[in-house]
Amino acid sequence: MASTGSDRVAPLGPIAARLAFERPRHARTLWGDAWRRFRRHRLAMAGAATFLLLTLGCLVGPFVYRVPINAIDFGHSMSPPSAAHPFGSNDLGQDMLARVLYGGRISIAVGFSAMLTSITLGVLVGAVAGFFGGHIDNVLMRITDMFLSFPALVLLLLIVYLFHDPITHRLGTQVGTFVLIVGVIGILNWMPTARLVRAGFLAVKEKEFVEAARSVGVGPVKQMVRHILPNVLSPVIVAGTLSVAAAILLESTLSFLGYGFPPDVPTWGRLLFDAQNYLDLAPHMALFPGIMICLAILSINYVGDGLRDALDPTRVF
Amino acid sequence: MTKYILRRLLTAIPTLILISMAVFAIVALAPGDPLAGLATNPDVPPEVRLNILHQMGLDQPLPIRYLKWAESWVVGNWGYSFGSHIPVTRLLMQRLPTDLWVIGSAYLCAVLIAIPVGVISAVRQYSLQDQVATTFAFIGYSLPTFFTGILMIIIFSVRLRWLPFIYNVQVHDPVGFLKQAIMPVAVLALFQSASLTRFVRSSMLDNVGLDYVRTARAKGLAQSRVIRRHVLRNSLIPVVTLIALQLPGVFTGAVVTEQIFRVPGIGSLLISSLQNSDTPVLMAIAFVAAILVVLLNLVADVIYGTLDPRIRYG
Amino acid sequence: MRSDDLRKLITEYRTHRLTRRQVVTRVGELGLSLGAAWTLLDRATALPARAAAAPGRGTQGTLKLLYWQAPTIVNLHLANGTKDYHASRMVMEPLLSADSAGNFTAVLAAEVPTIANGGVAKDGRSVTYKLKQGVKWADGRPFTADDVVFTYQYVINKQTGATSYGSYTNIAKVEPINANTVKITFKDPTPFWYIPFVGSYGAIVPRHALDAYVGSNARNAPYNLKSFGTGPYMVDSFRPGDLVVYKPNPYYRDPNKPAFSQVQMKGGGDATSAARAVFETGEYDYAWNLQVEWPVLDHMVAGGKGVLLTEPGGGVECLYLNATDPNKTVDGQRSSIKTKHPFLSDLKVRQALALAVDRQTMAKELYGQTGDASPNLLTTPSKYYSKNTKMTMDLNKANSLLEEAGWKRGSDGVREKNGVKMEIAYVTSVNSLRQKEQQIVKAGFDQLGAKVTLQSVDAGVFFSSSPGNTDTIAHFYRDIEMFTDSFSLSPIPYMRQWYSGDAARDIAQKENEWSGQNLVRWQNADYNKTFDAALNELDPQKNTELWIKANDIAVDQVAGIPLINRKSTSARAKTLDTGKNMTAFDAETWNVAEWKRSG
Repeated sequence: MASTGSDRVAPLGPIAARLAFERPRHARTLWGDAWRRFRRHRLAMAGAATFLLLTLGCLVGPFVYRVPINAIDFGHSMSPPSAAHPFGSNDLGQDMLARVLYGGRISIAVGFSAMLTSITLGVLVGAVAGFFGGHIDNVLMRITDMFLSFPALVLLLLIVYLFHDPITHRLGTQVGTFVLIVGVIGILNWMPTARLVRAGFLAVKEKEFVEAARSVGVGPVKQMVRHILPNVLSPVIVAGTLSVAAAILLESTLSFLGYGFPPDVPTWGRLLFDAQNYLDLAPHMALFPGIMICLAILSINYVGDGLRDALDPTRVF
Repeated sequence: MTKYILRRLLTAIPTLILISMAVFAIVALAPGDPLAGLATNPDVPPEVRLNILHQMGLDQPLPIRYLKWAESWVVGNWGYSFGSHIPVTRLLMQRLPTDLWVIGSAYLCAVLIAIPVGVISAVRQYSLQDQVATTFAFIGYSLPTFFTGILMIIIFSVRLRWLPFIYNVQVHDPVGFLKQAIMPVAVLALFQSASLTRFVRSSMLDNVGLDYVRTARAKGLAQSRVIRRHVLRNSLIPVVTLIALQLPGVFTGAVVTEQIFRVPGIGSLLISSLQNSDTPVLMAIAFVAAILVVLLNLVADVIYGTLDPRIRYG
Repeated sequence: MRSDDLRKLITEYRTHRLTRRQVVTRVGELGLSLGAAWTLLDRATALPARAAAAPGRGTQGTLKLLYWQAPTIVNLHLANGTKDYHASRMVMEPLLSADSAGNFTAVLAAEVPTIANGGVAKDGRSVTYKLKQGVKWADGRPFTADDVVFTYQYVINKQTGATSYGSYTNIAKVEPINANTVKITFKDPTPFWYIPFVGSYGAIVPRHALDAYVGSNARNAPYNLKSFGTGPYMVDSFRPGDLVVYKPNPYYRDPNKPAFSQVQMKGGGDATSAARAVFETGEYDYAWNLQVEWPVLDHMVAGGKGVLLTEPGGGVECLYLNATDPNKTVDGQRSSIKTKHPFLSDLKVRQALALAVDRQTMAKELYGQTGDASPNLLTTPSKYYSKNTKMTMDLNKANSLLEEAGWKRGSDGVREKNGVKMEIAYVTSVNSLRQKEQQIVKAGFDQLGAKVTLQSVDAGVFFSSSPGNTDTIAHFYRDIEMFTDSFSLSPIPYMRQWYSGDAARDIAQKENEWSGQNLVRWQNADYNKTFDAALNELDPQKNTELWIKANDIAVDQVAGIPLINRKSTSARAKTLDTGKNMTAFDAETWNVAEWKRSG
């Protein structure tokens, strides 16, 4: 994962190494305990609140703040924050607040969708490999290794480059780019999750309670979903949380290299990219999307940190 | 052990062949054209451009191109760059020293910052130091490198005029040589150390709660000794492996940072080759990176095995 | 064999490995007379002495040039782009150089040939150049008419894959009259005798360095990476894609020039930070091609360390309107010439669109000093600039034109006719300036009730010539595309973009692998007639009038909507004197021999 391209945004590392984690369960419910512990983690709570607020703001904001995102007005180009433009305006005189709110929707959506893609893929591969073992495990792990050995950034850029057109043709520019970016980030990031889940499955499937389930005739799918999966889920949740942040960051980096969303789709990354030449002329153009990215990622990471502590079943508070 | 390494190496070969096929297909199918820069030049008619493409063998079917490439690759001929027609190996060798120096020092700085900070914030979990370090780390990797890079240029080059922001390999005097590396190294080190700090911290926390640490304390060992002799040693095992796994990054370079500071490393070569559809160069970079990843994965596993006696190779 | 031995002897003598006496003995062994040996040795000593005696040469330290596109090859004829022309032009020279108005300066030619001095044949069939005498290549060998002949043979060999090939196709033969005179005979009589060997693509290359590399192994020549010529500098070291380092040519014909002991041409990065390096931090002396949004550039100029250099002739940023239907597939291709565009084939619609484009705002806000709103497609050389055209923005008139043409607004505000909605896919390359232009154009079209979708394609793809890629400017699978086509000394290649004399060849389509130069698939008999006449008109005045007429037809018929007459924009440090280096028809480094520090 964190192998190629030091600009790769991949704070998944801490989790990837925590392969062996199986510990005895407690009498109280796992999720109840976790929630109790999570609430005590003040920074994590603050992070969760911030992120909720951001998401809500971006979802509801454009309905309340009804300034168009693309109205050009050279008379007010690069004007600093004011009552008319609370976040100022950009070089074309477009309202920054409207663009930041609108862009947030896309950026956050990219983050979540990419996370869901990679987690789904990873859990699927990891669960099948870990549960069935043998040849299936071998083949799946070879494929995982192969994907891990891909020079990720090279591949990422190439795929975006290659499939950008067919996909945008079929789905339209916005949706197409969205699907592409989400797909690429997802496809190149599922491997650590797969390894985590596989390791978890290998450890848990031999435990007595699974043995018991098997002996009373529970089918393999039900064994996997009902009995094993919940026990290996906590590192996956943490990894997933952090990958939301990674995806948001990766989207902005792609935008910087010119492979991201088209210019009329103001994602946070795109806004920041557009602002870079105006840093000394109109710093507010970079400031607000920059703060948004930073806040979003910071809050997600704190949540992930809190979850990590909260979901650790060895903790007793 | 030797048998294990040998087996791993043998299984790596089919993986690498598959990777080379996949990468070749993607690179070759990519819709670019090495001569796109001449398209709007009315003095260079399209038939001239088509003729040059023919000279480069770009009009042959894909499997044939792959076989030709693989054949010459095995004997060490990595082809010629389409743009300058210089051997790819020479082009890479021109770029590599810069990367080793800039990215290498950034990694080194990152490690030197991350280990002490990570250890402190683990030992004093939830203390003020920990909160500050955590916040610093999170901010470090919440900011895209292109943003921190440009911010630094505005502050240190444009406003304060302290540092040059264009990396020039022709600078030979030691002061200038160091000065021009400060900003790219700082940007990269900030980013790297941020995630590494978190990694060290969590690796330490994993060990602090374990039974052998409790035993060590119970023996009456001093806290500092427990940390240094027991926890740190064991916690560093995964850290060392992570660092080994990140080493191919020194080869692929840091695309964004190199772009911003015009560091002539392999990352900027990658981007320009991508833009110019310079297939032989792209292939070489991608494939060497893949080989390095596979090899260093092996190295990481071996390190893990040597440092951690619990792991046995079957 | 013998001459090789001799050369080796002389080298060893010059590098002090052999004494004069030893050389004389060995020369005797080779069967030469003693007198001949002494002459040889004298010459061998004399040459470097002459070069070293030059006062003023190489006295001003290092000159640092910044190119945000990095040079990849330093042989001009194999160049991959403008940056390579500039990098090579430091080293190589053409016979003549040309400024943006189309006036010539003699470089390797002793004088500019004209009909009056007998250089240019009255029938347009040939041109004869007298060459400067005593010019030497940077390795000390003399430059002669034979090198001009060789350059032609080198370029015209298709296997060489020279990108300058197009400028030499009308030549029947190049023959030396004597060592310092060369005659070029054309296949077809032409008023444009000055296309080959002049300006950007005219560099003369040395036969003795490239003789073994004509044809398919041209790209293997070591010369391509370490070139030398008759120019003021020669390549010292070269890292493709990053840096070229030059040193003075010891045999340059003016002993006082060039002024710098070293030139570095650094490549890579982006235009904005390149401008910053000259205007704000002063790290570099010269930055090329500053395609930067005007407000940013304007602000940087205030940094005070540099001077903005602009020169008209950077090409016309233009909206190309597809005359065929990009959404219908005929014979395995979209935009087939067998189809007609549902609305862009209607002159009134095209006129309405032209009236809705706010060129003045675009010029003022986005280009400032770096471009002017343009009513003309053909603007350079400046003698071709038409005064008969005008540009107006009039949304009312545009809307009423559309009403007249039967395009009515639907319930959603989008105009439609016979069930066809006026939906425009509008594409350009990825480039922040272009994306802003798109927004301005879209704002105008929106007010006409057209539904515009903006698209941007990576430049490497957009300008690709690969037939398999449907995203290129030549496939034109959209309604409108926008880019800049640059000019050459003769308007022929540029104006060919609207010519369809032989539709099967001239119009880009599947059958010719989209190599036709008419991308808009527009066909107009009047235009073709004027174009054909201009090809053959030998009277310069009448020829110019014909090209102006061709421009006027294309503008009146809205075969394209010219937006901005762009200027080449570069920057120099205040302390650097570059003379009049900006021109549309030669590299900006064409006069680098004259460059010097000025305080």
